[in-house]
Amino acid sequence: MQQLLNGVFLGSIYALFAIGFTLVFGILDRLNLAHPAVFAAAAFIGIELVTLGGVSIWLAIPLVAGIGALLGLVIERVAFRPLRGRPDAHFAGLISSIGLAGMIIALLLWRYGPDTRRFPADAFPATTFEVAGARVTLLQVAILAISILLMVGLTWLVARTRLGRAMRAVAENPRAATVLGIDVDRVTATTFALSSALGAVAGALFAMNVNSAQLGMGAAIELKGLAVIIVGGMGSLPGALVGGLLLGLAEVFAVQYIGSSWRDLVAFGMLFLLLVVRPQGLFGSRRVREV
Amino acid sequence: MSEDILTVEDLAVSYGRVQAVRGVSFTVPRGALVTLVGANGAGKTSIINAVSGVVRPSSGRVTFQGKDVTRTPAHKLVRQGLVQVPEGRQILASLTIEENLQLGGWHTSGGRTEEVYDRFPVLRERRRLLAGSLSGGEQQMLAIGRALVAEPSLMLLDEPSMGLAPKVVDEVFRVIQEIRAAGTSVLLVEQNARRALRAADHGYVLASGEVARSGPGAELLADDAIVAAYLGLETG
Ligand SMILES: Nc1ncnc2c1ncn2[C@@H]1O[C@H](COP(=O)(O)OP(=O)(O)OP(=O)(O)O)[C@@H](O)[C@H]1O
Ligand SMILES: [Mg+2]
Repeated sequence: MQQLLNGVFLGSIYALFAIGFTLVFGILDRLNLAHPAVFAAAAFIGIELVTLGGVSIWLAIPLVAGIGALLGLVIERVAFRPLRGRPDAHFAGLISSIGLAGMIIALLLWRYGPDTRRFPADAFPATTFEVAGARVTLLQVAILAISILLMVGLTWLVARTRLGRAMRAVAENPRAATVLGIDVDRVTATTFALSSALGAVAGALFAMNVNSAQLGMGAAIELKGLAVIIVGGMGSLPGALVGGLLLGLAEVFAVQYIGSSWRDLVAFGMLFLLLVVRPQGLFGSRRVREV
Repeated sequence: MSEDILTVEDLAVSYGRVQAVRGVSFTVPRGALVTLVGANGAGKTSIINAVSGVVRPSSGRVTFQGKDVTRTPAHKLVRQGLVQVPEGRQILASLTIEENLQLGGWHTSGGRTEEVYDRFPVLRERRRLLAGSLSGGEQQMLAIGRALVAEPSLMLLDEPSMGLAPKVVDEVFRVIQEIRAAGTSVLLVEQNARRALRAADHGYVLASGEVARSGPGAELLADDAIVAAYLGLETG
């Protein structure tokens, strides 16, 4: 039971990260490889806010989300918008976002040094609960609640709101969206801001969950995020949710029952098997994406 | 305010080295139905797109409701009342019919949706279905309805009869006349020249990116030389 819960907590963070990732991918058909750098940056910035700023972790989360959104706007402006007219805009954006990710990590190294950073010991609430014989901290409950809330909120936004409709219109046909009076640049920038805000919150929650932030944490989650996107079905929000949870559970159980060095092998092996069984992903349509 | 809702002067559009439109001028008087006809590749879509701000003209001037809008981006022109029904309909197939209409009213309250449903009852019946499930004719109605929700004062239609059965073409032309009768100015681009010229107050015949002839629709149609030279292959 304890492992199950731990897996769910970890998985919900993966899901949150992957949902931000897949939002830009599914809507704009752009792979933003600066997303993992936002994840890492948010962890360090969150720790600094709490440590130096004296901010409570509860306030740090919305602050980090705001900073993430700003980073998203910068990423769109710097790494994607200048290239959008090119025939190879997808690939070019991918490469330029890798470059930007490298710059963000370099800035983190410059500001925070190469060492692991932690929250101060008294930053976390001491409250714990018993759930079916397992011990759960208030922080873990909060991580799960925040992740679920954000994912539900995002799904609602995309499915039901005016902005969500515009995002889907831009996803399907930017030219048609323009003709309808939609400011495609603005919707694109907003999508990046939302995506990065989610990635940033995921980074802060991840750092809280394991009480540490490392420069390599972005790179570590990057592949997982990509795997979750693919397994969930390219661009599918519920797919990213389920994929993230599965990955979190698989990792925790692999560590518990097989050994920690088997973690990635088991987790990725399972995702791989899923793809063999369902090549289009859990929630993907059979239709091939149009290029 | 001037009598012409749209004035296009010496418009040129090029794509790289291809000159698609070479110095075209025309006007749409307020409340009128004006048509541009011409064969494939004559530059019709390029003109529509340049006027509605989707592509940048390489030179020339577009004046809409007395304002120079040559460099105004498309989404702002929609807000000002210049709305395009694009070639090939361009409905959003993965969104529902209702969502397509709501997007037409992106900048308004979308209050005209009900009116559009009254005009096209089939859309109301299927409002919750994906727009991609509609037939070609129904998709054209959706595309026109979507533009109507935006409350245009000038509607640009790019080959609305393309690929439709003759009965449906009749329906499309009837709807265009209704829109015009309700006070919206219309710029209609067509390959179906006879139909378009018959419906229009004024017509321009385009060939290779230039205006070859212009005049009242009926007059152009009555001129056998024009029909033979430019419209000879058209049916309808
Ligand atoms: N994006 C583009 N890039 C390069 N050339 C283009 C582009 N769009 C149009 N052209 C060229 O410009 C010319 C005019 O094209 P346009 O689409 O305006 O014609 P049209 O009258 O609308 O034709 P149709 O009746 O087939 O729709 C054609 O020679 C076409 O090949
Ligand atoms: Mg055309």
